[in-house]
Amino acid sequence: MAKRRSAILVLEDGRTFHGEAYGSVGETFGEAVFNTGMTGYQETLTDPSYHRQVVVQTAPHIGNTGVNGEDDESDRIWVAGYVVRDPARIGSNWRSTGGLEDRLGVEGVVGIAGVDTRALTRHLRERGAMRVGISSVEDDPRALLERVRQSPQMVGADLSAEVTTATPYVVEAEGVHRYTVAAVDLGIKRNVPRRLAARGVTTHVLPAGSTIDDLLATGADAVFFSPGPGDPATADGPVTLAREVLSRRIPLFGICFGSQILGRALGFGTYKLGYGHRGINQPVLDRVTGKVEVTSHNHGFAVAWPGREPGTAAGPVVPDEVIETEFGGVQVSHVCLNDNVVEGLRAVDVPAFTVQYHPEAAAGPHDADYLFDRFAELIEGRGPDGQPGAGRNHSEGRTNA
Amino acid sequence: MPKRDDLKHILVIGSGPIVIGQACEFDYSGTQACRVLRSEGIRVSLVNSNPATIMTDPEFADATYVEPITPEFVELVIAKERPDALLATLGGQTALNTAVALHAAGVLDKYGVELIGANIEAINRGEDRQLFKEIVAKAGVRLGLADPDGLVPRSRVCHSMDEVRETVAELGLPVVIRPSFTMGGLGSGMAHTDEDLTRIAGSGLAASPVHEVLIEESVLGWKEYELELMRDRHDNVVVVCSIENIDPMGVHTGDSVTVAPAMTLTDREYQNLRDLGIAVLREVGVDTGGCNIQFAVNPADGRIVVIEMNPRVSRSSALASKATGFPIAKIAAKLAIGYTLDEIPNDITRKTPAAFEPALDYVVVKIPRFAFEKFPGADPELTTTMKSVGEAMSLGRNFTEALNKAMRSMETTSSGFWTTPDPEGATRESTLAALGMPHDGRLYTVERALRLGASIAEVTAASGGIDPWFLDQIASLVELRTEIVAAPVLDADLLRRAKRAGLSDRQLAALRPELAAEDGVRILRHRLDVRPVYKTVDTCAAEFEATTPYHYSTYDEETEVAPSDRPKVLILGSGPNRIGQGIEFDYSCVHAVQALRAAPLGAAGSAATDAAGSGAVGYETVMVNCNPETVSTDYDTADRLYFEPLTFEDVLEVWHAEDSSGKAAGGPGVVGVIVQLGGQTPLGLAQRLKDAGVPVVGTSPESIHLAEERGAFGLVLARAGLRAPAHGMATSYDEAKAIADEIGYPVLVRPSYVLGGRGMEIVYDDATLRDYIGRATEISPDHPVLVDRFLDDAIEIDVDALCDADGEVYLGGVMEHIEEAGIHSGDSSCALPPITLAGSHLTEVRRYTEAIARGVGVRGLLNVQYALKDDMLYVLEANPRASRTVPFVSKATAVPLAKAAARIALGATIAELRAEGLLPATGDGGVLPPDAPIAVKEAVLPFKRFRTPAGKGVDSLLGPEMKSTGEVMGIDTSFGHAFAKSQSAAYGSLPTAGKIFVSVANRDKRGMIFPIKRLADLGFEIVATTGTAEVLRRHGIACEQIRKHYQTGEGADAVSMILAGDVALVVNTPQGSGASARSDGYEIRSAAVTADIPCITTVPGAAAAVMGIEARIRGDMRVRPLQELHAALRAAQ
Repeated sequence: MAKRRSAILVLEDGRTFHGEAYGSVGETFGEAVFNTGMTGYQETLTDPSYHRQVVVQTAPHIGNTGVNGEDDESDRIWVAGYVVRDPARIGSNWRSTGGLEDRLGVEGVVGIAGVDTRALTRHLRERGAMRVGISSVEDDPRALLERVRQSPQMVGADLSAEVTTATPYVVEAEGVHRYTVAAVDLGIKRNVPRRLAARGVTTHVLPAGSTIDDLLATGADAVFFSPGPGDPATADGPVTLAREVLSRRIPLFGICFGSQILGRALGFGTYKLGYGHRGINQPVLDRVTGKVEVTSHNHGFAVAWPGREPGTAAGPVVPDEVIETEFGGVQVSHVCLNDNVVEGLRAVDVPAFTVQYHPEAAAGPHDADYLFDRFAELIEGRGPDGQPGAGRNHSEGRTNA
Repeated sequence: MPKRDDLKHILVIGSGPIVIGQACEFDYSGTQACRVLRSEGIRVSLVNSNPATIMTDPEFADATYVEPITPEFVELVIAKERPDALLATLGGQTALNTAVALHAAGVLDKYGVELIGANIEAINRGEDRQLFKEIVAKAGVRLGLADPDGLVPRSRVCHSMDEVRETVAELGLPVVIRPSFTMGGLGSGMAHTDEDLTRIAGSGLAASPVHEVLIEESVLGWKEYELELMRDRHDNVVVVCSIENIDPMGVHTGDSVTVAPAMTLTDREYQNLRDLGIAVLREVGVDTGGCNIQFAVNPADGRIVVIEMNPRVSRSSALASKATGFPIAKIAAKLAIGYTLDEIPNDITRKTPAAFEPALDYVVVKIPRFAFEKFPGADPELTTTMKSVGEAMSLGRNFTEALNKAMRSMETTSSGFWTTPDPEGATRESTLAALGMPHDGRLYTVERALRLGASIAEVTAASGGIDPWFLDQIASLVELRTEIVAAPVLDADLLRRAKRAGLSDRQLAALRPELAAEDGVRILRHRLDVRPVYKTVDTCAAEFEATTPYHYSTYDEETEVAPSDRPKVLILGSGPNRIGQGIEFDYSCVHAVQALRAAPLGAAGSAATDAAGSGAVGYETVMVNCNPETVSTDYDTADRLYFEPLTFEDVLEVWHAEDSSGKAAGGPGVVGVIVQLGGQTPLGLAQRLKDAGVPVVGTSPESIHLAEERGAFGLVLARAGLRAPAHGMATSYDEAKAIADEIGYPVLVRPSYVLGGRGMEIVYDDATLRDYIGRATEISPDHPVLVDRFLDDAIEIDVDALCDADGEVYLGGVMEHIEEAGIHSGDSSCALPPITLAGSHLTEVRRYTEAIARGVGVRGLLNVQYALKDDMLYVLEANPRASRTVPFVSKATAVPLAKAAARIALGATIAELRAEGLLPATGDGGVLPPDAPIAVKEAVLPFKRFRTPAGKGVDSLLGPEMKSTGEVMGIDTSFGHAFAKSQSAAYGSLPTAGKIFVSVANRDKRGMIFPIKRLADLGFEIVATTGTAEVLRRHGIACEQIRKHYQTGEGADAVSMILAGDVALVVNTPQGSGASARSDGYEIRSAAVTADIPCITTVPGAAAAVMGIEARIRGDMRVRPLQELHAALRAAQ
């Protein structure tokens, strides 16, 4: 436990934490968010959705299993900064190829260790996600606070272009090829095409700025809108694209940011949550089956419950409520049991559904993996009730909102 | 899915006495279950033979049967109560086995009782090893895994030694042997040689009720993990907690140092375990409730093997509940009556549902507590048979903090690294070699090896696979140690880093001798303002606001202790269970909490004032304890819970935090700290706490000293003219011999200030005395050895009493021991009311007790032990604290003594408590109504668990050093019935027919004639050794003569006859005295232990057994709920 160089963390409201330099020495800014996962730091660090965010890990020990060549969710670390309490000195795991701190150093990720991460988390929970700066080169918290307050906000941030692939690429199906999917990369994680490939799906991953013609040119049977960072209110391009997909009745599936895209394409609002959902223990209720799945979350924005004030979704929830939109009926298919946030949308009259959480997991439980089967069924042209399109949850009792 | 409305009445089965492998965690789970069911408006009937449980307090069920948990007695309860359903998944293996037996016997069908929580098929699939193996493979197929058969070790079920040998010929040694349907891994072990194989498989076949053992491929040295899962009837499954064993495969998980959450798994590997766990749970078909699954993971390639599952709430689930704040047993009870996880709110956040997986932002370490010192000759190697008698858990913000806290929670001689000197001559090589055999305190050896220069890789190899990450954490402490030793001064920065790593003041003092010991470190630390903060266990890593004040200390920035202006009382618990200090003390602590939460404040005589002027009732109770098995560490028990080691440093800081936050809020802060209910652990802190300005209430530390310091106590007795055996105090052999010469042999020798008769022996000659003094000084170097005249053949009497500030004394109960004096009171059976004492004796007992209570200055509970010899009463010892018998007396007399003691400590008088109704309006437990039921307490002994390194059983002879792990109560209208019940509950029923083997010492021959004659008259066949047989024949008792094992001759010897199972009862009293008594009959007694046959070692024990056997033969056993018995007792008062 040799002493490290000191570092400071300053939140935009002035709260300051002292700690030690971790990873790269330097200075960094971003939106402070906390993640409660007890495993999966490598996946978290390489998840593009964390672009421009400074991630606080609530699990005290980070780096215990080192890093390996298999668990990256993209080709780099995306977090803007990393806050941990007790970094491991060695990584121990048969798949490990190196230490986490070395990797952070190589990729220039500025971090801070030895911080009372629980106090910081409680602060963010009470005051909401906010801008933050970490510095191991500045001693004066006031000077750092000045710079934090000049750093960009997350609301209004259009980040897709910064994380998307420069050129299209293809992930081939495993075994017999069944379908082709065009995936709009807004910050995709590697495990998405992998889960699709396991079901015989070849995925064409396309840059965020792709047009409907680019999508169709792949010969895709369906379109996927990926997770990713930023404020969905800025995603006019992908929203327009989604509307074109919907109007052509091409099967559509989306995850996380992709779900917000569908929401906006259907005419729903999106809003920023107080401090977001970031962890791998979130209970989501599938309103079709009444079953609960434990799921991986990483979202700071959400789709406003149609017709209700954002954040006040609780109210009376009608299980098979159908909301009419320009593209026909839409249901809220999934909700988070912790706070009733909309976690899934399902179009009734067009073949489209999305979830706000991460069925591809990585990190996180595999409970929601069945959604990739649902996507395959949707492409196959079978709704769960045998109708074309996603189908209604209940054949009778169609209730308009 | 709401709750089922067809379940109006549920029978809950508890787990019976505390034994190794099944401790108070099942009181915790059962208590939660009873609470939940009753709050749902369901009638609850309960069977549990353990009187020291909270669940058997009459207010927790509608009908509480303190009766044996055997199919025979549970059927009687079912017949009487006619419940709709039986909930058996919260009472450990005992309850589950009883439920299976009741099902097999058709009892459940006959009375239309539905088994809820788990169905018989699922229980069988989980517990039958062959079926389970198939289940796991099926689960693997369902998950689409490449090698589903590789998910279990290669293995075969065997029913005979021939099959065993055949299997081993294929698999090769070493192999693991696991008997089916035994708890805590009883009878299992690892065989490295053919001899091991014969011994372990042989006894395993015998221990298994279905005579079945599994022989399997060794996964020794693999990483070991556990998952705690919950499933509801809608098939929702959550993983509550992951647990990683630091000790790799090969050591029973109950004996391993464990960590939560798992520390060395990537998400991929963790999710594979999770998927597999859930798939197995579904395949087994556990309907609802909790379940525990154990895995082994090959550190070289990650191959996962599923080891076993328990389709019930287990010891690990209690640990997981305390580790995460997720109350598994409570939720399991709700799921059993039909709720689903999403319908049940999370208690701690209140806003989010129980359908989630807890996230921890701290690290939890559990360390087992062993008692090898109690079983001389027992093999100390840790194996797949559980041997620990208790455990402590700790929470910290990092691993080293939690580890250091857990180590100092053990209350062993060492209180963490560096607090005791290294073994003499320890070298790097010798230390590495010592790591090869898993043993108690192996982490000390690990630290020493690293400090002596061994590399992490070397320690991993030498220890058979401890993960390098854990070793590096310990290595970081070694480096910190070097830094602390070398630093010119201990400055705030270094001190803070040391505290963040979890080092105690005592550990730092050991490294910095100039700081004048622990006190010096503390003074420096306080001056530099390096103090702990308290964080909250909230199930969600601070994602949501928590409402439950369940705290642990850490050296971080922000504290979460909520200010409160109510008067607070700290209750110090008893720490890890050990022999001599177990659940009984937790019971008293919980009662104190209940009493003080409900106490009227500001009442006359009460020390507390209601500062807020709110007129609120009740003190704010603050519990401090580190035992995860207990009810006291349920966050629902006290107003606030601090899960902390019970050391002076840790307790002082909790007091400081609570007192200062209370005062800052404008309240009185902590008005009292109760130390006399948690056994010797908190009592030992009393003086230091008082000296530090802590308001210790109840009997003062000075009074405690008066009772415990032999010289001072002698004066108290002399002043009151009370008789005591002649005695003296010695610090050397010469002094001891002088005393012995003066008072005459035999003498009872022991160290002062001990519990459970630790180090106590009866000595008959100079040589043994010299030997004892040589050993005893090591046990407790600060205190002298006490030498007392030992009273042979005396009747021992135990008294629990209350005394208030006015000097009024309330006799709680007078217990008469069944065995004569000389056997530790914790190990002997006793009866209440006393069965042979005369009225004049009781008058004398009362006079003595009152004089001692007043002379010492007791404010609360007092336990006195007397010996009655030749009609004269002698004081053996007095303990001014709650005793082990308090719960037994409370259950037998319907008077809550511990509650009264807590109230008295805070200033109430006995007169006030009588007026309030907490104590009876008139009379006391010294004079019970003539028709009061007879309650018999019987001790439960763990001899079956231990073997010598050569594989032989350990001696079951009882003596002045306590060896029992728990107790049961038999209660009925006559002594015979009550005794028979106590035997059924403790050991399995007394026989009603068959052969009785008798071999008694010469001095006991006269006393044995009548009991043996009676047994012969009852139709038993008597078999006796030569001398005994002669005496019996002369009295007209027909008996078969048999040779001792060392005598040559024809036919079977006694030992082989016992081992062959041809004997129903063994009566053996030791010949001679001292060490020779121990060797005589050792083979016979250990054979009885091995064959699981009741073995009686005293004459009075034989007489009691005769009464019990008669009662059983009459066959008129009845069951009565405690509520009915108590109502009758109260009506008579």
